[in-house]
Amino acid sequence: MSIELRDVTYTYSEGSAFQSTALKNVNLTIHDGEFIALVGHTGCGKSTLVQHLNGLLKPSSGQVLIDGQDLHGENVDRRKLRQQVGLVFQYPEYQLFEETVARDIAFGPRNQGLSDSEIDSRVHRAMAHMHLNYDTLSQRSPFELSGGQMRRVAIAGVLAMEPKVLVLDEPTAGLDPRGRDRILGIVKELHRSGTTVVMVSHSMDDVAPLATRIVVMSQGEIAASGAPREIFRQRALMESIGLGVPEAARLNQALREKGLDLPEALYTQEELLTHLLRLGKEAGLC
Amino acid sequence: MLKDITLGQYYPVDSPVHRLDPRIKIVLTIAMIVAVFLVHSLIGYGLILIFLFITSSLARIPFKTLAKGVKPLRFILALTFLLNLFFTTTGQVLFSWQFLTVTDDGLHQAVHFSLRLVFLVISTSLLTLTTSPIMLSDGLELLLSPLKVIHFPAHELAMMMSIALRFIPTLLEETDKIMKAQMARGADFESGNLIARAKAMIPLLVPLFVSAFRRAGDLAMAMESRCYHGGEGRTRLRVLKVTRNDWIACLCVAGLIALIVAEGLLIPEGWL
Repeated sequence: MSIELRDVTYTYSEGSAFQSTALKNVNLTIHDGEFIALVGHTGCGKSTLVQHLNGLLKPSSGQVLIDGQDLHGENVDRRKLRQQVGLVFQYPEYQLFEETVARDIAFGPRNQGLSDSEIDSRVHRAMAHMHLNYDTLSQRSPFELSGGQMRRVAIAGVLAMEPKVLVLDEPTAGLDPRGRDRILGIVKELHRSGTTVVMVSHSMDDVAPLATRIVVMSQGEIAASGAPREIFRQRALMESIGLGVPEAARLNQALREKGLDLPEALYTQEELLTHLLRLGKEAGLC
Repeated sequence: MLKDITLGQYYPVDSPVHRLDPRIKIVLTIAMIVAVFLVHSLIGYGLILIFLFITSSLARIPFKTLAKGVKPLRFILALTFLLNLFFTTTGQVLFSWQFLTVTDDGLHQAVHFSLRLVFLVISTSLLTLTTSPIMLSDGLELLLSPLKVIHFPAHELAMMMSIALRFIPTLLEETDKIMKAQMARGADFESGNLIARAKAMIPLLVPLFVSAFRRAGDLAMAMESRCYHGGEGRTRLRVLKVTRNDWIACLCVAGLIALIVAEGLLIPEGWL
């Protein structure tokens, strides 16, 4: 399933004194199996953009096409299409409301009109995906859980709808490093098992090892788009937007300037480590 | 969608009326309400209309904005007018058709009651349009502070008012966000009968209440940690001062009331 944004412009409170344009002529195509990282500064329009992907916001002008079909055209069942694009909002734990974890996760599938047995197996699967133990957690109140667990329950609630595209808006915001690594690991697994992923983030270090493509946004426009290696090569551009590059890329550049024989476009810790070990061996240090 | 709702309809411009002391404005508004009830004839309403017109142009608020405040009341107005018109039985019969009878007393009351309602709304909205919610609760607190002698919690009341007003936009934003999040999970807030719709509100209301309580707890903690201990001995950031303009405003309203009283004495009973 592909999602295409064509010349999408979005203006908040159009026609009033508080009018502000959040998106300007955005063109973006999300292909099957991609892992897109949407990065940009606070207020650059990332969150507005992702709400267009499942039709929660209607573009002021331009089109959103899902498999070539206009999302806001006539005779389009938006609810049905919406279920294929699972959107996890920022701080999703604030949307939990049911008495038990299992029932909260079942909310989405129930709205899809599935049978009880199908709902049950989906809840099991979603909890397993999110590393939540069904036996110990499913009958507890979601409000008794820890912050990280609540976050994972909320994401499970979206996963249980088994969307083809999963959109996550800052899924690691406000989590401790362990909770963050856990969520990122799960997202990586989901992508491996065939889900298309769009992840909004402002942390370059979070997205660098995961994304197949990075889309950089600045002031409502797409400033750059490409493979991580190409994006992180444009350090000056990234820094002018106020984003910078991953720490590994910065360290790599500093070491190159000191005269170490390292390739130009390294950006993950693993890559850098492998190359440093190689250099160490060559020099007979280890 | 939810952002379009305007609450606390403050009209943010700078004008002599906006700058008046909120205490004086509250008192003058009460005086205006009394004046509206003193009116005997259409001439009196004319006087009030002229006064409101001048005040709104001084306040740089389009009279249309002021008049818009009456719009939500149109059903109550129509009801008031019709009930008084048809169900007053005293006075001379002017018109009669089947079971409907209109008397001159009925017509008189219908016109007066509906005009009174209209002017009540316009005068009070002039207060809320020209006074920011913060100033309003400050003014109210100071006006009520003499009642502290009988242990009336004036400061606490004003504080609650300003906190409530402060959180209206925040809660609206929160509602919008939760609504979208649940819609992303396939919730449907728009279709179905009344019961289905009421049930559909649960996924919205539960998170909203949870977050409101959480916010209230956080706010209480933040106030505590900055040593908030209520109104006693507390000084204020904006010290309210009664200026020359305030006295001029008082004189104007007093003049209006004097005119209306004179109108009541001079114009014979029975006029519209």
